[in-house]
Amino acid sequence: MSRTPEQTQHWQANRSLSLVLLTVWFVVTFGVMIFADDLNHFTFIGPLGFYMAAQGSLLVYLAIIGAYAWHMRRIDERCHLDEAERE
Amino acid sequence: MSTEVTASPLSLFQRMLRYYGYFTLALVVFFLLIAALEWVGVPHKPLGYLLLFATILIYAGIGFMAKTTNINDYYVAGRRVPALFNGMAVAADWMSAASFIGLAGTLYHSGFEGLAYIMGWTGGYCLVAICLAPYLRRFGEYTIPDFLGTRFGGRAPRLIAVFATILCSLVYVVAQIYGVGLIASRFTGLEFTIGVFVGLAGILVCSFLGGMKAVTWTQVAQCIILLLAYLVPVAWLSANQTGNPLAQVAAYTYTLPRLSTLERELNDPATEQGRAEAEARAIFAQRAQMFDTRLKGLAYGDSEYLASERARAVLRVGQQRAADPVDLRAIENAERELRQFPQDVATARATWTRLMQENLQRAAPVKPHAEAFTESDEAQRSAAKRNFIALVVCLMLGTAALPHILTRFYTTPTVRAARESVFWSMFFILLVYITAPALAILVKFEIYQNLVGSSFAHLPSWVSNWHAVDKTLLAVQDVNLDGIVQRAEIFLSGDVIMLAMPEIGGLPYVITGLVAAGGLAAALSTADGLLLAIGNALSHDVYFKTIAPDASPTRRLVIAKVVLLVIAVVAAYLASLRAVGILTLVGAAFSLSAAALFPALICGIFWPRANRTGVLLGMVLGLGVTLGYMVVTYEPFGFGTSLWWDIKPIAAGIFGVPMGFLGVLVGSLLTKPPAPEESEVAEWVRFPDPSASRRWQDGDLRPTGPLR
Repeated sequence: MSRTPEQTQHWQANRSLSLVLLTVWFVVTFGVMIFADDLNHFTFIGPLGFYMAAQGSLLVYLAIIGAYAWHMRRIDERCHLDEAERE
Repeated sequence: MSTEVTASPLSLFQRMLRYYGYFTLALVVFFLLIAALEWVGVPHKPLGYLLLFATILIYAGIGFMAKTTNINDYYVAGRRVPALFNGMAVAADWMSAASFIGLAGTLYHSGFEGLAYIMGWTGGYCLVAICLAPYLRRFGEYTIPDFLGTRFGGRAPRLIAVFATILCSLVYVVAQIYGVGLIASRFTGLEFTIGVFVGLAGILVCSFLGGMKAVTWTQVAQCIILLLAYLVPVAWLSANQTGNPLAQVAAYTYTLPRLSTLERELNDPATEQGRAEAEARAIFAQRAQMFDTRLKGLAYGDSEYLASERARAVLRVGQQRAADPVDLRAIENAERELRQFPQDVATARATWTRLMQENLQRAAPVKPHAEAFTESDEAQRSAAKRNFIALVVCLMLGTAALPHILTRFYTTPTVRAARESVFWSMFFILLVYITAPALAILVKFEIYQNLVGSSFAHLPSWVSNWHAVDKTLLAVQDVNLDGIVQRAEIFLSGDVIMLAMPEIGGLPYVITGLVAAGGLAAALSTADGLLLAIGNALSHDVYFKTIAPDASPTRRLVIAKVVLLVIAVVAAYLASLRAVGILTLVGAAFSLSAAALFPALICGIFWPRANRTGVLLGMVLGLGVTLGYMVVTYEPFGFGTSLWWDIKPIAAGIFGVPMGFLGVLVGSLLTKPPAPEESEVAEWVRFPDPSASRRWQDGDLRPTGPLR
């Protein structure tokens, strides 16, 4: 199975988008876990370390997933791989 | 079938949006009506019945309307579920009794450490969104073992995946049914075992008649109920306590600083409350000391020591009976101690160890709620941090590999809709998950402020209510005999926090009923999804794909339903035995799915060179290491092997996942590359196929991938 130029383009765009977002995910998750006690010295709404683990990181996760869905939709369209939805 | 859809001028999405809009409205009116009945003076019990049975009736009604005899509807809801609704269904599928009932309690007790569940159970969705859901949707078959079976060929990968699916889903479903039993017995006064079987009926009416299609549309309704039931009471409690209904902010800005002040006071023996606390804690420390002495004696003198201790217990009963003046309470205590005296050395060791630990826990000073890793010595601190990280990683990877969640992404019409539905899932899950930590803070403050320091003569009614249900859930005992409740004297099981929250905060009964209905929705929806995942793995992957590939669709459907019924009854039976707490059971499932399925799925999608030998080695090693570590280190099993790097058995997946990846890598590279049609699966799942969804909508109901 060989790829069409559009598929190659689609996969490259998809791959770099995925890597960027997974890096954000990784940095936020492990940053919060490893530095939680240090972050607690700062205050943002609550003690920062606690706040990030309880709420902040979750909002980042939602943003990551939203960004992926939104950009992929654009990439689909750009590479003419967008699926027709009849309904 | 799909003809009814095209006949309507409105799209399925618009119609469903309208239906569920009306449904939400009706629900709100219904609850206001119940509130009005309560206000007029109708007693609580009938209102509780009305609430619970009305919601079960709604689910049954939706399940009945969505009944089907079509195999595609049964397995993948006809692949017509719009992104928003699939997101809601995933959220309901995902938020289990553990999330709804247990989470706030865990956070109440463990403070920061409990946040591992908050992060772990949401962060996994990033992996689902980016690495799994779009590709599995493109693959477009019916189950998760289907993917591994097609990608790697042969029967073994499929059957091991079926085994892993059953292993992690069965533990999980038992915990859900246990939750149903708990709620039913509390709110209707039914016996626990009967509650379990009533819940079972509620689960079966949905999944049995309409499979995935019925489960999807009931889960959407359950998602609405559970969101209302979580968010409304918390907003109310927050408004009462802080003057701001937005608990997600007010709990941190208003309550947390005040809670910290109270915590410092309770820990400070210079204050009056702190002195009484220290007194109560000293008594628990003494008791822990006593059990420690007994354990040492047991290690030294074995059965002889046990006999002499028993003789002393007999003596104490005699002494109390002969005492003057007669103290009935003391006689009763001594008699109970003798009655419960362990029969043999093994039980004695187990009971005394448990009692020593319980008492030690209660003898400990209050842990500051928001502080992370508070252990004083460096080694313990770093062990706590390691465990936190390991647990979060296991929960995330486990989430990303749970079959009952992943199959839900087969039900969207397109790959794009699958990506978007992960967003909606996360959105609805987030609503509950950012509220739970806030709720824990609110309830803790409520208890420290109002229950601690109150008099035993005037305990609030919720204490006696719950005390009557089950003393292992809640117990308040005046150990230092000063007539005042100390924090150390309160024993509150995590499972009670959420269910008793409205009573603790002094909210009306209708809110209590709402919370119970929400807990029931959470448990039922998750149980439905899990049962379907287990049943479909057996009926589709084992029966149809392995035993009888030429079975007719009608026959497959019959088999699917029979299997479902059997699994449901087995799960209910296991739940009625009342095993360990809800969270311990569920936690194990995540490590198992992470180790068994995550490396296999990821390598199957992203590494075309991965082959059958590799994936078999990976799954067996991952599962073997995880299960093995759990069995040899989990105390009740009694092997007593020491922990690796202090990692607790619940996070065993942290060893299993790397072993799984290593297995796939080594096994694949040492053997021949996979057959072209197998490695090509990893190629074509990467690209959406514009024609696939159109073909499906035109009535070509074979799977949407090219392997048809």
